[in-house]
Amino acid sequence: MSDTQGSRRLRSAPWADKAFEWLTRIFAFVVFSILLAILVSLVIGSQLTLEKYGFSFIWSADWDPVREKFGALVPIYGTVVTSLIAMLIGVPVSFGIAIFLTELSPSWLKRPLGTAIELLAAIPSIIYGMWGLFVFVPLFQAHLQPAIIDSLGNVPFFGALFAGPPIGIGMLTAGLILSIMVIPFITAVMRDVFEIVPPMLKESAYGLGATTWEVVWRVVLPYTKVGVIGGIMLGLGRALGETMAVTFVIGNAHRLAVSLNAPGNSIASALANEFTEAVGDVYYSALIELGLILFLITTVVLGLSKLLLLRLARHEGAQT
Amino acid sequence: MKLKSLFGSLLAGAMSVGAAHAVDITGAGATFPYPIYAKWADAYKKATGVGMNYQSIGSGGGIKQITAKTVDFGASDAPMKGEDLEKNGLIQFPAIMGGVVPVYNLKGVKSGELKLTGALIADIYLGKTKMWNDPAIAKLNPGVALPNQAVSAVNRSDGSGTTFLFTNYLSKVSPEWKSTIGEGTAVKWSTGVGGKGNEGVANYVARIDGSIGYVEYAYAKQNKLSYAQMINKDGQVVAPSDDSFKAAAAGADWNSVPGMGVVLTDQPGKASWPMTGASFILIHKRQEKPEHGREVLRFFEWSFKNGARMADELDYAPIPDAVIKLIQSAWRSQIKDPAGKTLY
Repeated sequence: MSDTQGSRRLRSAPWADKAFEWLTRIFAFVVFSILLAILVSLVIGSQLTLEKYGFSFIWSADWDPVREKFGALVPIYGTVVTSLIAMLIGVPVSFGIAIFLTELSPSWLKRPLGTAIELLAAIPSIIYGMWGLFVFVPLFQAHLQPAIIDSLGNVPFFGALFAGPPIGIGMLTAGLILSIMVIPFITAVMRDVFEIVPPMLKESAYGLGATTWEVVWRVVLPYTKVGVIGGIMLGLGRALGETMAVTFVIGNAHRLAVSLNAPGNSIASALANEFTEAVGDVYYSALIELGLILFLITTVVLGLSKLLLLRLARHEGAQT
Repeated sequence: MKLKSLFGSLLAGAMSVGAAHAVDITGAGATFPYPIYAKWADAYKKATGVGMNYQSIGSGGGIKQITAKTVDFGASDAPMKGEDLEKNGLIQFPAIMGGVVPVYNLKGVKSGELKLTGALIADIYLGKTKMWNDPAIAKLNPGVALPNQAVSAVNRSDGSGTTFLFTNYLSKVSPEWKSTIGEGTAVKWSTGVGGKGNEGVANYVARIDGSIGYVEYAYAKQNKLSYAQMINKDGQVVAPSDDSFKAAAAGADWNSVPGMGVVLTDQPGKASWPMTGASFILIHKRQEKPEHGREVLRFFEWSFKNGARMADELDYAPIPDAVIKLIQSAWRSQIKDPAGKTLY
């Protein structure tokens, strides 16, 4: 483009640049204001139970629609536990898949495997829920769960986590299905950031005699930690908010149980089940307060991840 | 000029054709009667061309939607109290009757082999009776091979009129149930897992070995679930069928409760099914869209007249003729359009 063409364009539309800047600024503000509007409407909607219970709402396990007594402990516990299980299983597996795809796999396998992972990410969550209920739960109940209960359930202190009759649905099942759902997301992000590590860095390490594991752990991971943590947070965000897949298999029981094999409830699942038919202002307000709590949990998790990244950045360039 | 007038008359003709075509109506609410409403809607559309779209979102949802006027009629298994009907300007009438049946999944125990009482079901759902081979269950079922397996009680996770009928019956036969849990469309369950809708409960019972649940009879039949016989108020063993539902409804006095909100659980009678219930329709007394109101009344009038055989096929009990006359006179006297003119 010649200089005369550019200056001709500016002369005919001198406001174009400014207008573009304002337009994008407006878009950014719209997103921010929607976030604020959601927060405000959640707070207003839960006014009744905020006043009635205050903070005791968070640690009360009572959920009695007949007597209008509500407490968020069971849904919060279920949300946290299922997401934790999903992360404990999902992060190492995703890490393994990403390392395999970037370092270890033969080059003819990279593209098909990568595409398969991306396809898994594209499957709608309700399909995961249906697959979970119709395929996974019967298999789990008949074969895997009795084996887990018999082996891990008898370990003295820790066994109480796995005790109980094998009914197939419960927090453990929900956590397992969530882990299958978050693996594609975390893997995709990890693989992308692992691929952009400069080959020179890795080859210098290899040249100095490092093993593959040492290269991965001491060169690739520290270089990509921002992306890796971002990917994990993305997966955790999905696990915390996942509704349909969880509600099919978590058992929807408003009771606190030590065993992971017991049915429980998550915030998203409780909202999906009870919101359309909640009769009474207190019930309605309790459900909206559950939504507010989930909003706050997600915010806290994101804040913690940013703190973690800041702390890691502070150690950059230090002597190990 | 000529083209304009031709176009104008064509447009007027098209609009008048549009106006002559009757409106489709919408309803929402209970999952309990959904199979029969869907069948009636299908037959009605074939007979008259008017569609009826029913969303089975649960009784609580139905009440919410009709109060918010987003649908033409609401459906609820739990009848609304007279003062709530007055407050919201609604008229209520029963449209169909059916039964809630206990269903179970036990290897080696065929459908209809198991016998239960209301008090025993209450104990199971309270968590007091934990195993299938508990002496209380074995006493009622001599000769049935009950396994040494834990009972998984399946309940409803959403607000449901089926739950209302179930808990209403259990409150009548078990004082402990009445004082600890009570009745309602959503209650605080002591034990078990929750399925969403009658469909969800049927699904869980079909999949979980050693489970027991409660569903509307049509769902038990359609999903080929094993159902239990029950011992009714007169001490007789009854199986669920439209005859036992009709027997329970035989002695009901429909005008005894405002809004015809009679609950038919635990009725006397040798052949009565203990967990029978009617499902109710809620319409606004003052119809702001008279066309829609008229179509709703026409739909139910047609279904009352022609839908009895379809109801019998699905094992629902149709409303008796005498009650239909009561309902129609209520329509005539109470439902009006915005100008105050009677709609029916």
